[in-house]
Amino acid sequence: MARSDVQLMLDVKAGDEQSFELLLQRYRTPLVNFLYRMVRAREEAEDLAQEVFLRVYRARKDYVPSAKFTTWLFRIATNLALNSVRDNRHQRMEISLDAPVTVDAEDGDEKVMDIAEKHPNIEQYMVEEARRKMIRHAIDKLPEKQRAAVLLHKYQELDYGDIARILECSESALKSLLFRAYETLRVELAPLVARAGK
Amino acid sequence: MSCKRMENKIVAYVDGRLKDSERLEMEKHLSACRACQLRVNEFRAVAGFLDELPQIEPSAAFDVRVRARVAAEPVKQGWWAWFTPSPRVAFAASLLLLATVWIGSRPTDRTLTAADEAQINQDLPVLENFDVLSDFGALTDLPQPVQPEDTGDSNPDQNQNQQQNDGQNQTM
Ligand SMILES: [Zn+2]
Repeated sequence: MARSDVQLMLDVKAGDEQSFELLLQRYRTPLVNFLYRMVRAREEAEDLAQEVFLRVYRARKDYVPSAKFTTWLFRIATNLALNSVRDNRHQRMEISLDAPVTVDAEDGDEKVMDIAEKHPNIEQYMVEEARRKMIRHAIDKLPEKQRAAVLLHKYQELDYGDIARILECSESALKSLLFRAYETLRVELAPLVARAGK
Repeated sequence: MSCKRMENKIVAYVDGRLKDSERLEMEKHLSACRACQLRVNEFRAVAGFLDELPQIEPSAAFDVRVRARVAAEPVKQGWWAWFTPSPRVAFAASLLLLATVWIGSRPTDRTLTAADEAQINQDLPVLENFDVLSDFGALTDLPQPVQPEDTGDSNPDQNQNQQQNDGQNQTM
């Protein structure tokens, strides 16, 4: 039977480096995806995820299994992501004062060259890609704490108590965050919602 | 029951996370409230859209970087740890040994490079000084070093040597 996260972490604490490798393999994809949706840039997401693992490793000697391992892990990740988003916004505001606005190709978008090869039905692909872009942009527009709440709720198997601890708020505050986020998404995605309703 | 009281529970309802009692209460409200029913449908659609986004795969370099950063962490240990062999230290030592062997086994280059010549030119004044010193008259007045064949024994006692050499110097 696979060892639990807490057991692996206790083994890391006892000096077993192989257990750290197992935690890395278990959480690399969920962490990178969460951070990618938070900061919107792939390279930065990977840098932050590395930082998360490094902090986990550094804290191994003091590790006490008082909370779920994932709660601790995503709390580190969320704090790093929120700081990064706030720093970047500050930088962007400074840049936007004296630089012309340019629209960069989004990280998650495929290169135009590859599309025809991979997708024989290009028309359908374009429709789906436009949809995904709209959904991505709607998530990006959410205030960062609401965004974190939605991502943790939707993509990680965490209960309300865990997510509230990660975001350092009460459970009722979390429910309110989620409600407001879904309200915003409902409005932003109104064209898709209308189509889905038919 | 008011819509305001219901609204914070709608996401959990859509997600199937309400307790049974709360779920029944919600369903009772929904059967009587078109506005909340509409909101539930729309939140359901939103939840479905969120499922459409594909996951990305971390790059191949990601794991390598994490491992490198972890390996670069200083090992914080007590003084007693010096006596227990650590795999990290053993690995570093074997790398150092390999590097030493490799450098030692490299074929030596006999042709002089510009850098070698510069080094030799720099050393030249020192060599010239050596010539001056070895020709310096006063040095020849000092007792000559002991020749092993002259003394027969290897006693390095300075006074004994001096006495033996006094006679030699006078014949020269
Ligand atoms: Zn209602």
